[in-house]
Amino acid sequence: MGKKNDLKGWLYLLPALLFVGVFMVYPLIDVLIYSFEEGYNFASQTYEGVGLYNYSYVLHDPYFMQAVKNTFILVIITVPLSTSIALLISLALNSINKLKDLFQTIFFLPYVTNTLAVGLVFMILFKKTAYSEGLINLLLNSFGIASVDFIEGPYWAKMFVLCFYTIWVVLPFKILILTSALASVNKDYYNAARVDGTSKWRTFYKITLPMISPSLFYLVITGFIGAFKAYSDVVALFGTDLNAAGMNTIVGYVYDMLYGNSGGYPSFASAAALILFAIVLTITVINLLVSKENVHYQ
Amino acid sequence: MKIVLEHLTKKFISRNNKNEIVTAVNDFDFEIPDGKLIGLLGPSGCGKSTTLNLICGLEEPTSGKIYFGDLDVTGLPPENRGVGMVFQNYALYPHLTVRQNIRFPLENLKGADKLSKEVIEQRALEAAKLVQIDTLMDRKPNELSGGQQQRVAIARALVKTPGVLLLDEPLSNLDARLRLQTREQIRRIQKETGVTTIFVTHDQEEAMSISDYIIVMKAGVLQQMGEPQKVYNEPVNLFVAQFLGNPAINVFNGQIRDHGLYIGEDRISDFDAEDQEVYVGVRPEAFIPDEKGPFRCVFDRVETTGRDTSIVTHNENCISDEDIRAIVSADEKLNNENGIIRFSLKPAKVHVFSKEDEKVIHG
Repeated sequence: MGKKNDLKGWLYLLPALLFVGVFMVYPLIDVLIYSFEEGYNFASQTYEGVGLYNYSYVLHDPYFMQAVKNTFILVIITVPLSTSIALLISLALNSINKLKDLFQTIFFLPYVTNTLAVGLVFMILFKKTAYSEGLINLLLNSFGIASVDFIEGPYWAKMFVLCFYTIWVVLPFKILILTSALASVNKDYYNAARVDGTSKWRTFYKITLPMISPSLFYLVITGFIGAFKAYSDVVALFGTDLNAAGMNTIVGYVYDMLYGNSGGYPSFASAAALILFAIVLTITVINLLVSKENVHYQ
Repeated sequence: MKIVLEHLTKKFISRNNKNEIVTAVNDFDFEIPDGKLIGLLGPSGCGKSTTLNLICGLEEPTSGKIYFGDLDVTGLPPENRGVGMVFQNYALYPHLTVRQNIRFPLENLKGADKLSKEVIEQRALEAAKLVQIDTLMDRKPNELSGGQQQRVAIARALVKTPGVLLLDEPLSNLDARLRLQTREQIRRIQKETGVTTIFVTHDQEEAMSISDYIIVMKAGVLQQMGEPQKVYNEPVNLFVAQFLGNPAINVFNGQIRDHGLYIGEDRISDFDAEDQEVYVGVRPEAFIPDEKGPFRCVFDRVETTGRDTSIVTHNENCISDEDIRAIVSADEKLNNENGIIRFSLKPAKVHVFSKEDEKVIHG
């Protein structure tokens, strides 16, 4: 009977397994294989040897190193900032009664807006052209500060726009998760704390924070992974020639190696993708280790 | 510390209908003596918990005043009232150990009241010993049984040595056996500390068994306050009579006429009052099987549960339940005649209520 049931079980799983196999497992293995095939020729589908040359090439490619640097700066700035800003906004939302629904809707709007459309809006806000200074620059000028070209100007200005944009884009989802986490904390805990004369800060630090720590942890993990995978946002802001703009990301580099103007190198792309995978895996493991101490599941 | 409530009223805007105003607590006016255990009793939704929250300070009264001793605490926030509160679901912080939970209120003290680590530890241990959980100090709440969690919650409420201890439905989350144990524990802890304690319950047996005084509420209105046995023996209205006692009181349609109390055509006893229609409440223990007794019922069966023997009968005038339950001693001889059984009734266990306002009528 056990065997028969096993067979049935696999049969039911077959469609899902087929999809996962074709679209996930096979490409993953393929990427691994590509990354070790040296001198792979896209047209003839042949290669010259097997080794670590692709990795060595990618790691010595200044464009890749620039992409790694950009990605890390983006991650390190946006993940903590967006999470804490979302927490602050959620706390504020949670503490008001009137117009709460209205504000929740407003804060959630960016989530349902198209990335490229938002990117264009940001370009209009920040871009300096022959005809216009851009809205932000006009603002800066009114304070007596000289215009900065945020889109094609200095590196820090471009990085600022990118971080600003990224934080703005990821906020709605984080606020959504955190407001529901805050709302689900039993009011009795706060009442108990009040009766015992707990200060606001201590209540937040000792009760609220541990209670919502699973949600916070979830947001940090997905935030890290999402930021490491940043690409479409960068394209929306700076166009497709990211290497020239000096604003490429790791995923952008992978894409360029495959399909970009200098593309056609699946081996290099695969090697870069696997390096990204290693980085994300490492960061996630570190996150998990840190969370063991500080995240309280009920 | 004695607690005085003066014309205390709390009104809410109804959750379902914004134009409707619900009076959860209506003109409460009573005094709770120092060092007593008080059971606040009533059916669900009668405003018991609201009353507790008002005393605690978690809710503000619409009107009226609350005094602890001679001090008017009406406007004081809960942390300045010196109350300990045990919540229905205990509200133990799940991520903290028992020790950290009990220490929590003490660690909140600041300025001149600030305690040293040693004192905090010592007092936490004392509180834990009082409720007999001092061996579980390093466990998390989810590693404890319901009864143990309950006791941790009491220890946390008591660790600041409050003048008033408030318990909201303290036994409702426990199973039957644990309830018995825990209510004795609450009694013992209250006696040992001498703290004025108010606990809310909808279970009359719970309230009757351990309280010095009980307060019976219905729909936001105080019905009766007094020693449990006295309230049981001398209910002021039909509601109190029906709410207290298990099995519940049997209620009959009756009349007062010719200076006598009648149920149907049976003259139960002499009764000097104006002729009128009344409700007659007869406690199950009022029935004495008696061949010459005045009260006739139709015999159904005898039920023996443990040490109680109850005779189950019916009577067309009974309005409380189809079955009339009479608790008698096991060796009582039954005078069953054509299916009719006769009782005489103990006068002290028979209560007469006006049909108009359901208040008690004394003969």
